[in-house]
Amino acid sequence: MTTVFGVPLPAILGQLMLGLVNGSFYALLSLGLAVIFGLLGVVNFAHGAFYMLGAFAAYIGLQAFGVNYWWALLLAPLAVGLLGIIIERLFLRHLYSIDPLYGLLLTFGMAWIAEGIMRGIYGASGKSYPVPHALQGGFNLGFMVLPIYRAWVVLASVTVCGVTWALIERTRLGAMLRAATENARLVQSFGINVPVLVTMTYGAGVALAALAGVLAAPVVQVSPLMGSSLVIVVFAVVVIGGMGSILGSIVSGLVLGLVEGLTKVVYPEASNIVVFVIMALVLIWRPSGLFGRE
Amino acid sequence: MRLRQWPYVVLGVLALAAPFLGLYPVFLMKLLCFAMLASAYNLLLGYTKMLSFGHAAYFGSSAYVTGWLVTVHGWNTLEGIVGGVVVATLLGLLIGAVAVRRQGIYFAMITLALAQLVYFLCLQAQFTGGENGLQAIPRGTLLGVIDLGRDRTMYYFVLAAFVGVFALIRRIVHSPFGQVLKAIRANEARAVSLGYEVDRYKLAAFVLSASMSGLAGSLKALVLGFVTLSDVSQVTSGEVILMTLLGGSGTFLGPAVGAVVVVSLQEYLSDLVGAWVSVIIGAIFVICVMIFRRGIVGEIQRRFEIFTRAV
Amino acid sequence: MLKSATALCALCLSALSAAYAAGDQVVIGDIDDMSGVYADVGGVNAVESINMAIADFGGTVLGKKIVLLSADHQNKPDIGASKFREWADQSGVNMVLGGSNTGVSIAMSKVAAAKKVPFIAIGAGGSSLTGADCTPYTIHYVYDTTALGNGTAGAIVKEGGKTWFFVTADYAFGTQLQDAASKVVLANGGKVLGAVRAPLGTTDYSSFLLQAQASGAQVLGLANAGTDFENSLKAADEFGITKTMKPAALLVFITDIHALTLQTAQGLYLTTGWYWDLNDETRAFAKRFFAKTSKEPTMDQAGYYSSTTQYLKAVKAVNSTDPDLVMAELKKTKINDMFAKNGYVRADGLMVHTMYVMKVKTPAESKYPWDYYKLVRTVPGEEADGTQPDPACVMPKK
Repeated sequence: MTTVFGVPLPAILGQLMLGLVNGSFYALLSLGLAVIFGLLGVVNFAHGAFYMLGAFAAYIGLQAFGVNYWWALLLAPLAVGLLGIIIERLFLRHLYSIDPLYGLLLTFGMAWIAEGIMRGIYGASGKSYPVPHALQGGFNLGFMVLPIYRAWVVLASVTVCGVTWALIERTRLGAMLRAATENARLVQSFGINVPVLVTMTYGAGVALAALAGVLAAPVVQVSPLMGSSLVIVVFAVVVIGGMGSILGSIVSGLVLGLVEGLTKVVYPEASNIVVFVIMALVLIWRPSGLFGRE
Repeated sequence: MRLRQWPYVVLGVLALAAPFLGLYPVFLMKLLCFAMLASAYNLLLGYTKMLSFGHAAYFGSSAYVTGWLVTVHGWNTLEGIVGGVVVATLLGLLIGAVAVRRQGIYFAMITLALAQLVYFLCLQAQFTGGENGLQAIPRGTLLGVIDLGRDRTMYYFVLAAFVGVFALIRRIVHSPFGQVLKAIRANEARAVSLGYEVDRYKLAAFVLSASMSGLAGSLKALVLGFVTLSDVSQVTSGEVILMTLLGGSGTFLGPAVGAVVVVSLQEYLSDLVGAWVSVIIGAIFVICVMIFRRGIVGEIQRRFEIFTRAV
Repeated sequence: MLKSATALCALCLSALSAAYAAGDQVVIGDIDDMSGVYADVGGVNAVESINMAIADFGGTVLGKKIVLLSADHQNKPDIGASKFREWADQSGVNMVLGGSNTGVSIAMSKVAAAKKVPFIAIGAGGSSLTGADCTPYTIHYVYDTTALGNGTAGAIVKEGGKTWFFVTADYAFGTQLQDAASKVVLANGGKVLGAVRAPLGTTDYSSFLLQAQASGAQVLGLANAGTDFENSLKAADEFGITKTMKPAALLVFITDIHALTLQTAQGLYLTTGWYWDLNDETRAFAKRFFAKTSKEPTMDQAGYYSSTTQYLKAVKAVNSTDPDLVMAELKKTKINDMFAKNGYVRADGLMVHTMYVMKVKTPAESKYPWDYYKLVRTVPGEEADGTQPDPACVMPKK
């Protein structure tokens, strides 16, 4: 068996493959965070909770209404996005004029509430969500069997990330968004309804998180706690990529997923902390992040 | 006696008499430890406007170190506490040095991520016992003379420590150092232009806060007799923020009051409503952020102007 | 004004605490995982078992009413230990049972020793509860990691599964289970090629399983339980690993098989302390349990019933709730009831009794709901757990 640094090649490739799957989740989630932070200046601590709610929406949809996976991919983000819009309107909006830290704290509290409610209703252990029939089975890649579903996750995430990036960087709507980030008053004076734009953006960012949740449901089981530890890693990813940079978060997410996978083969004990260590290093060496502009 | 000092007198009397009033001493000590933690935290949040999101790292690591030194290495109680506090201080220095270069939200995120790193280190490390935690930590004796195993005796020891920390915080805030911190809070750019090495002051405040949080952690380890991963977890960090906000950041008694409320709620509600406690606590958090930003003590201060104002 | 308010409060509180400490009740406490990975194994339905035992005993003992307190430790040692201590200090609890989680149970047993309250550990596997962590007040009921190793690992190694790789839950239970199984593997001429630790509550086992596959071992040793076990087996299936490695399920409960379905779980070997369909006595208990919970009881849930009854019998026999007298009585009684055959509590606290090695039926072999196991071997208690108390257990001299 060929080895690289004493580790068998199939093992490395296998973990890299899994790392790519994880990286897709990181990319999708940090994209939503970056979008929200870029426009609203709010660090959406509730991002993990919305991810969890997206997964639960799919689960409840299936259990109670017989909504299948494919419909859930569309409906769950819409439902959770709507919830996000309501929260923005009722609560978040009033905090923009004050210290941005309050926005962070509000979303933190919201996350706590959401997790607490779901824990109260469903308990702490995971609920099973089945892989949709069309995506069952696996590709035999030789060094491992890659379940078709996981390949689908990578494909879907990369596509959504690409489309979102294109929307923001290459369309008129995106241009409006970017302009409003820099100078909201000026853009408003052009007749563009900035508050509505802001609300919709928050909703969109939240919907992205919920979409990640639906994609994750068959992989990690639906549990009220699924978002809380993940969200901190995603924060680290966004800091590494550069807090307002869309491309930065996508690329960092994918790359860090791969790095984590590699660490699992070479030095498994460090796999949990490698992202944070990299973050600390990036902060010391290049504080605005790899792609950040400041 | 001046009107401002009445509340402290009343509280002091209550605190001294508490074990004899039929209240469970272990619970009271837990309250004191968290009140200490919240007060130490407030030095950062209230007086320097730095939102550290990972304060459990100092609390928990000190608890682990003290517990380990006392059980495995047989150090005596005071030595164990000092050991824990030293570690918490060093950790505060390391993390603070990286974090204070940035402000506001970035600062918060950095402290959060680095605290999570500490959490995972504690999870992996052999000496912490991982998921099992450290158990059966003996309380030992104070200077070889006073047996801390009796709950009442331990209570007075913890109370003394709390009063000491509280007095220290007051001293810091009212000192020239504290004045500079206030200036930085009010307008950092101006402080820089006046020639102050702002980052150094912030780091100093950070390290002081980390030390005192460490002391709270060490005491908690001895009082309850065990340390587990939840002591370094993100949940505990969040609870500290809540206690401080709820009680009133920027006031002296606020964080302690907040700590009493939150810990009591958790204790008594969890028997009644189980997992829904976090929903209630989260809701209180949201209410504080939205409309109750001065917190309990802050509101009382504003209304009655009896308590000493912090500024 | 403040002072009189305080005085009033103090009075009320003292009155309350006095009521609790009253000696006219026998208080039994159940601290268990009610909402996490082990909630189906013991959990809320176990409370039903205890209630059934109390009712069957008549609701009172020594003329005092039997009161049951229950709490959720959420798999956190600090919550379990705090609750135990609080009940001992404030509520006058006479006996605590439960645990499920080995780490939490070890923490609780330390409180039991400090407060001198008998603690019957049910559901936790760790053999150290009657080994290095033993106390004069701990009884370890139902099963332990030594028995599981001897039963399941023994059966698989003898069938040819010589090389093993473990996926282990990263806490006391997992490591002790891995150790017990490894000992048996090595003793029978096998080899352990490696092991990987997964945190309790892990849901995505893919990277751990890939490591297992990379090792080339014949047997995939799953040293975990509850939903951890379910998730790891499902993932092994998904990644096609069950085709190249034989899964060894070291701790399985009937609720796991029910969740996984026979399709996925068929052919698994497991060791159990009790099965609902063994004989008429077990079926009778199961029927009553099913009527209340719509699920067949796990061995733990049956153990809750049995141990509560044994405790109450002991209290009656010595005419007191004094912990030392009751423990002495429990350690000299033979236990032959619906739950255990030829059972007795050893000097180190382990309740030694007959264990059963089972194989999970194929879907075709199963004739009615919950008909999941077929008996492979009956293992006498001495064979499963040895004849001598655990040498690692050092009891303090009285």
